[in-house]
Amino acid sequence: MSGIHVTTKINGDEVQFVCEADESLLDVLRNRLGLTGAKEGCGTGDCGACSVTVDGRLTCSCLVLGAEVDGHDIGTIEGMAMGDELHPLQKKFIEHAALQCGICTPGFLVAAKALLDHNPEPTETEIRFGLAGNLCRCTGYDKIVRAVQAAAEEMNSAKKIQQKVA
Amino acid sequence: MYPFGYQRIDTPQALKAAQQRQRGEADKAVSYLAGGTTLLDLMKLGTLAPAEILDINGLAHDYGDISWADDELRLGALVRMSAAADHPRIRSDFPVIAQSLDLAASPQIRNMASLGGNVLQRTRCNYFRQTGWTACNKRQPGSGCAAMEGVNRKHAILGVSDHCIAAYPGDFGQALVALEARVDILGFHGTRTLPFHQLHLAPGSEPERETVLLPGELITGFHVPIGPWTRRSLYLKIRDRESYEFALVSAAVAMHLDDNVIRDVRIALGGVATKPWRAHEAEQQLIGRRPDLPAFEAASKVAFAAAVTRPGNRYKVDLGQQTLTRALLQLAEMEV
Ligand SMILES: Cc1cc2nc3c(=O)[nH]c(=O)nc-3n(C[C@H](O)[C@H](O)[C@H](O)COP(=O)(O)OP(=O)(O)OC[C@H]3O[C@@H](n4cnc5c(N)ncnc54)[C@H](O)[C@@H]3O)c2cc1C
Ligand code: SF4
Ligand code: FES
Ligand code: FES
Repeated sequence: MSGIHVTTKINGDEVQFVCEADESLLDVLRNRLGLTGAKEGCGTGDCGACSVTVDGRLTCSCLVLGAEVDGHDIGTIEGMAMGDELHPLQKKFIEHAALQCGICTPGFLVAAKALLDHNPEPTETEIRFGLAGNLCRCTGYDKIVRAVQAAAEEMNSAKKIQQKVA
Repeated sequence: MYPFGYQRIDTPQALKAAQQRQRGEADKAVSYLAGGTTLLDLMKLGTLAPAEILDINGLAHDYGDISWADDELRLGALVRMSAAADHPRIRSDFPVIAQSLDLAASPQIRNMASLGGNVLQRTRCNYFRQTGWTACNKRQPGSGCAAMEGVNRKHAILGVSDHCIAAYPGDFGQALVALEARVDILGFHGTRTLPFHQLHLAPGSEPERETVLLPGELITGFHVPIGPWTRRSLYLKIRDRESYEFALVSAAVAMHLDDNVIRDVRIALGGVATKPWRAHEAEQQLIGRRPDLPAFEAASKVAFAAAVTRPGNRYKVDLGQQTLTRALLQLAEMEV
C-alpha cells in the first residue's frame, strides 16, 4: 500500500504525516505523532475517550480517518494547558477529584472545553447533555459535573474582571 | 479493518468521473464516506468491507447548505446533524426535525454525522453487526435470521417479514416521512427526486436491499414542505436511558389544528418498524375530530393494529400505543 500524505494543523502547529488508508486519526495521533492523550476506549464512537476537535467541532477521532483531515485544524488535549499553566478545567478536575483511573479524563476535558466555548454559562442539565458522549466507569459523573461548573464560574469571573480592567 | 483504497471527491466533476468508473467496475464494492459514524464503525466490526472509499466531505460547498424557499426548507446531504439541530429557524418552524436530531446519539456523533449518511444508517441488530453470528439474511443473504428465535427485544413489529425483523434505527427519517419530504438523488445520468417514503424498502424476501439507491447514486439533499402543521410538530423518543440511546419506540407527529378541530395530522413511528414508518390509517381516524384523549387512544390502537410480534418485543405494542397517545396529547397542547 502506498502512504497518503496529509498536511494539517495540530494545536496551532503545522504538521505533516504519511498514513495508510485504514488508519484512524486516533491511530495517527497516538502511533505516528506521539500524542497519546486521546485514548481508545471502544473504537466505535460510544465512549468519547478519543475526543478531539476538528475545525473546532468536537469529534471522535476513532471514527475519522487520518487521511480525512488534510487541510483541517485539529485540537487535542496536549494543546489545552499553556506550557506549565493548566487550563481552569484541568485545575478544577484535580481540585474536585473528578477522575480516578483517568482513562476518560482527556476526552472529558476536550469535550468540556468544547461545551464551554459554545455555551460559557451552561446549566447542570446542559452540562450533562453536552457530556453525554463521554463515558466514565469510575466517578459516577457527579464530580465531573461539579468540576465543569466550577471551571465555568472561574472562567466567567476572570472574563468579567478583564472586562472591568479594559 | 480490511485494506481499502481511499479517494477524496472535492468537485462535482470528480464525482461524475468516479461514477463513470464505477459503472465500468460493477462488482467492486465502493462506498461514499461522509461522517463515517456508520461506515467506519461497521468496517471496524468487519460487517462492511468496501474495496474503495470515496470521501465526499469536500462536496460540502455544493451540498452542505441549509436554505429556505417560500414553500420549503432545503437541507443539503452534507449538513451535519448538529448544524440542523441548532439552527434557530429549524427549531422554531420545524420542531420535529430539530428534536429528532437533538435526541439522537451524542454531541460528538452529531457534529460528525451528515444528514445524508443519517438516513442511510444501518440497523443496530446485533446479529447483523457482529460477524460471529452466521445467520443473518441482511449481512449474508440466505443464511437465516438469528433474531427470530434469539434476543429480539429491540426488533421491529411493523413491516417485518419471515426473513428479517430488524428495526430501522434512525430518528431523523421519521421526521422526514411525517412531513412528506422529498430526496434528491444524483446518479451518472443526472438527478432524480423521490418522495422520501419511497427511499427505504421493507425487508420482504431481500433484507439486504434497504433502499432504492442504485450503485454510485448520491443523495444530495432533502426538501421539506412548509405547511400549516409544521410548527405544531414534535418528536417523542422512548428509550432505555434518557440520553445517548436508540429508540425503543418513537413518534414524529405534526398537526394542523383549527377551531379545536384536527384539519390535518401526520404520524410517523420509529423503533418499531423496519423502515421509517408512516401511520396513514391512524391519521385518517383523526381528521375532522376534536383533539381529545379518546380520539388519540383510538388512533394509537389503529397505528399498531398490523403489528407482528415475537416474545421479546411484544411489549412494544403497548409501549407504542402509549407513546403515540402521549405525543398527540403534547402536540394538541403546544403553543404555536
Ligand atoms: C454511538 C452511536 C450512537 C448513535 N445513536 C443514534 C441515535 O440515537 N439516533 C440516530 O438516529 N442515530 C444514531 N447513531 C447513528 C448516526 O446518527 C449515524 O451513524 C450517522 O447519522 C450516519 O451519518 P454519517 O454521515 O456518519 O454516515 P457515514 O457513516 O459516512 O455513511 C453511512 C452510509 O451512507 C452512505 N452515504 C453517506 N452519505 C451518502 C450520500 N450523501 N449519498 C449516498 N450514500 C451516502 C455511506 O456510503 C454509508 O454506507 C448513532 C451512532 C453511533 C456511533
Ligand atoms: S433481524 Fe435482520 S438484521 Fe437481524 S439477524 Fe435477522 S436478518 Fe439479520
Ligand atoms: S474510542 Fe472513540 S468513542 Fe470510544
Ligand atoms: S476515571 Fe476511570 S473511566 Fe473515568
